[in-house]
Amino acid sequence: MTTEIAEKLTSKDFASDQEVRWCPGCGDYSILKQVQTVLPDLGRPKEEFVFISGIGCSSRFPYYMDTFGMHSIHGRATAIATGLKATRPDLSVWVITGDGDSMSIGGNHFIHMLRRNPDLNVLLFNNQIYGLTKGQYSPTSEQGKVTKSTPMGSVDYPFNPIALCLGADATFVARTMDRDPKHQQAIIKRGYEHKGTSLIEIYQNCNVFNDGAFEIFTEKGSKKMETLFMEKGKPLLFGENNEKGIKLDGFKPVIVNIADVSANDLWIHDESDLVKATILSRFYDDPSIEGHFPRPFGVFYVNPKKDTFDELFNAQIEDAKNSYGKGDLDKLIAGRETWVVN
Amino acid sequence: MSTVQEATLESVVIRFAGDSGDGMQLTGSQFTNASALFGNDLATFPDFPAEIRAPIGTLAGVSGYQIHFGSTRIHTPGDMCDVLVVMNVAALKANVKSLKKGGVIIANTDGFDAKNMRLANVPEGKNPLEDGSLAEYDLKTIDITKITRAALADSGLGTKEIDRCKNMFVLGLLYWMYHRPMANTIDFIKSKFKKNEAVMNANLKVLEAGWNYGETTEMFANRYQVAPAKMDAGIYRGIMGNQAAAYGLIAASVKSGLPLFYGTYPITPASDVLHELSKYKNFDIKTFQAEDEIAGICSAIGAAFGGHLAITGSSGPGIALKTEAIGLATMLELPLVVVNIQRAGPSTGLPTKTEQADLLQAFYGRNGECPVVVVAAQSPADCFTMAYEACRIALEHMIPVFFLSDGYIANGSEPWRFPSSSQLQPITVEFAKERKASDDKFMPYFRDEKLSRPWAVPGTKGLEHRIGGLEKQNITGNISYDPDNHEYMVKLRQEKVDKVANYIPDQHIDTGSNSGDLLILGWGGTYGALKTATLQLIAEGYKVSHVHLRYLNPFPKNLGELMSRFKTVVIPELNNGQLSKIIRDKYFVDAIPYNKIQGQPFMASEVVKKIKEILA
Repeated sequence: MTTEIAEKLTSKDFASDQEVRWCPGCGDYSILKQVQTVLPDLGRPKEEFVFISGIGCSSRFPYYMDTFGMHSIHGRATAIATGLKATRPDLSVWVITGDGDSMSIGGNHFIHMLRRNPDLNVLLFNNQIYGLTKGQYSPTSEQGKVTKSTPMGSVDYPFNPIALCLGADATFVARTMDRDPKHQQAIIKRGYEHKGTSLIEIYQNCNVFNDGAFEIFTEKGSKKMETLFMEKGKPLLFGENNEKGIKLDGFKPVIVNIADVSANDLWIHDESDLVKATILSRFYDDPSIEGHFPRPFGVFYVNPKKDTFDELFNAQIEDAKNSYGKGDLDKLIAGRETWVVN
Repeated sequence: MSTVQEATLESVVIRFAGDSGDGMQLTGSQFTNASALFGNDLATFPDFPAEIRAPIGTLAGVSGYQIHFGSTRIHTPGDMCDVLVVMNVAALKANVKSLKKGGVIIANTDGFDAKNMRLANVPEGKNPLEDGSLAEYDLKTIDITKITRAALADSGLGTKEIDRCKNMFVLGLLYWMYHRPMANTIDFIKSKFKKNEAVMNANLKVLEAGWNYGETTEMFANRYQVAPAKMDAGIYRGIMGNQAAAYGLIAASVKSGLPLFYGTYPITPASDVLHELSKYKNFDIKTFQAEDEIAGICSAIGAAFGGHLAITGSSGPGIALKTEAIGLATMLELPLVVVNIQRAGPSTGLPTKTEQADLLQAFYGRNGECPVVVVAAQSPADCFTMAYEACRIALEHMIPVFFLSDGYIANGSEPWRFPSSSQLQPITVEFAKERKASDDKFMPYFRDEKLSRPWAVPGTKGLEHRIGGLEKQNITGNISYDPDNHEYMVKLRQEKVDKVANYIPDQHIDTGSNSGDLLILGWGGTYGALKTATLQLIAEGYKVSHVHLRYLNPFPKNLGELMSRFKTVVIPELNNGQLSKIIRDKYFVDAIPYNKIQGQPFMASEVVKKIKEILA
């Protein structure tokens, strides 16, 4: 045995010396805390972590992490991270983005990242508002949102981020919330473990410009009735005492009282089933509507079998070296046909 | 046997023109290879339509390829041509204005039938082969289609396949006219069609039929010798500009020991750099066709952060999209090469036509004070050298560098006395080293004598640090809103660009004396035309010299002094006066702009005329 003991990292090791400058009470603090809590347990040297962000409140995140980091430009973190991961597959690359950053200005890169499936961990802070620019509606704001830029209410329909990601063939799609640290930690860890792009939507409260947007899902009084915590291999249950469940009637989901149905009839969560994940992604009703479905949290879908972009990209380089040998610059420059002038 | 007169010529310009599907690019490039191997100096220029398959027979569908070859040094593809090959009436109509009076027209009569006349908008009864309108030229009419079909009557091929061999007839005939060796074309056909023997034999047969047509008919009274040129001793190859640019980038990757990442999005006329690079994965060349131009450059910035030689490439419209990210790279102070193969703009402009109108964009086209290094290639082969230089400067100075080329030199070709890899200037790159907990804190914006900062790649223990687009405090790299710091950093980033002048060669006079009446100051792809014009003016007794800039930001340190030795400075450019603005601003030189903005390169003759006017 060697006498060297790998140093055990703690969450403090991941905190940079920069003062955290989000508004007091912002949901971002919780996410920072959970990431700093999870990272030391991953058994990976600190220098292998890279956090890349775009622009927005959430995108200040890398400054507070004592890892390698880049606070880039609006919407482009996904593209930068793709380039980094393609060339440095040895690194653990994380993307920090918001609903405006990833789905408005960076929408194109976002969907193309998902279809390519580089092995990135994407934390999408969704607060349904533009915080840094002081409160305009975002592409996930509900229709009719009254903001400084939409005094008569927004006319745009919102994106459903989970459905968008599934539509772009993402291989890991999950949702969690700032107010549930344990759940958040578990989902972040699972995202890290997934080989491929892990997309985690985090409901994050902006207490200044959109306070309480997710209250109904996060606060004690309503959480149990309004949320559905999905667990692999277990029936989909919710309610004060898990007395309600979901049943599939063909492709149509139905809310049932579990007392009224046989346990065998309940929908058992299968993370590998894309069709069912797609149905769950549509549990996106306005909670004020009568008979609405509870909002699902947890892992919607995982496909661990799809090769990652970085694997495929680099395999071609290795294949070419194996087939043609390492390149010879002088041969390349000379080409096939030369002539001599004396 | 016919009685053919042999004559010797110093140089010849031939233009092959036909429909996009007539194989004129292939014919031209084969003639080029044969002439290069024979030992002529040469320059070529393809002129193809923007549409991939424009309607057959129309003016929009005409594709041309011009070659200028000679026993003297050749610097341009030639202003006007001596021989014009036309496969149809549209090709004649589009190109006859570039044929010298008395020049030879070789016309495929089958392309002048009623249908072709209608497609080319030529009125009925106005067939130019018959109406005397070509009386000033030496017109040779041949029914190439008919001869090709006859030659291949028993080939077993269909009419469509047979007609595709027509271009080989033209090639064979011109090989005969100019005593070109056919061996390389025969080898080419054998290799290209090795899987289809019938087509291979058909092409070989028609090539030979063309040669024999010259030999046996009495249509051509003259055959010409164009002796090998007196070139500098060495080993040569032919090279196109975009190919040379790609090789320059690869060479920089090999010499720096860094794998290359090229993040890009297809665009005319830059795509060939991507196509070329993507062939050489065994050199650790990693090409990424991104979803758009922005992702192209951003992925490259990610690769640069990770320690690769990172490059993005595009043309004007794409460069416009990359603007914000170039600003980011400037703030991050990471090495990045931005390749711009310029085309005529603005907006979509003339995608397949050339222009030099992105110089100010390269210099200034970003928000804030955002200087970058700018270099430009002057000829197809020079794309190798300047692409290499762009990488060297980017890597050694930790700075974004623009490499400018243009559609004219990107698609043009010339003989290249290529260097051996050992002759290339070394590129020294050193990543920041691992640090222990007991070492001082790592300072990501600490600077060396070039003002460049350490390249600290992720994965290196003890170097964890954050970079970004927000203003930095010098040395620490921490975010700083301090007013004095911002001004300091703006000036520092400018000084960092300025300091590159200490690491580039002094400007030399390309042609002419060290002082005189007039200096022709050019940059980029106009080199050949300006050099040819200067030589002619000097031969006529004018005191004119030519300086051609390849390092534009910063300029070589001696440029101001050099300009001061001439009474007049003229700046010819394919734009509305961009270098002249910068020169006037920086040196207070009352330079005279001479501008052409037609999507076409300068003709040496028009430069000569203009300079004479100025000197008059």
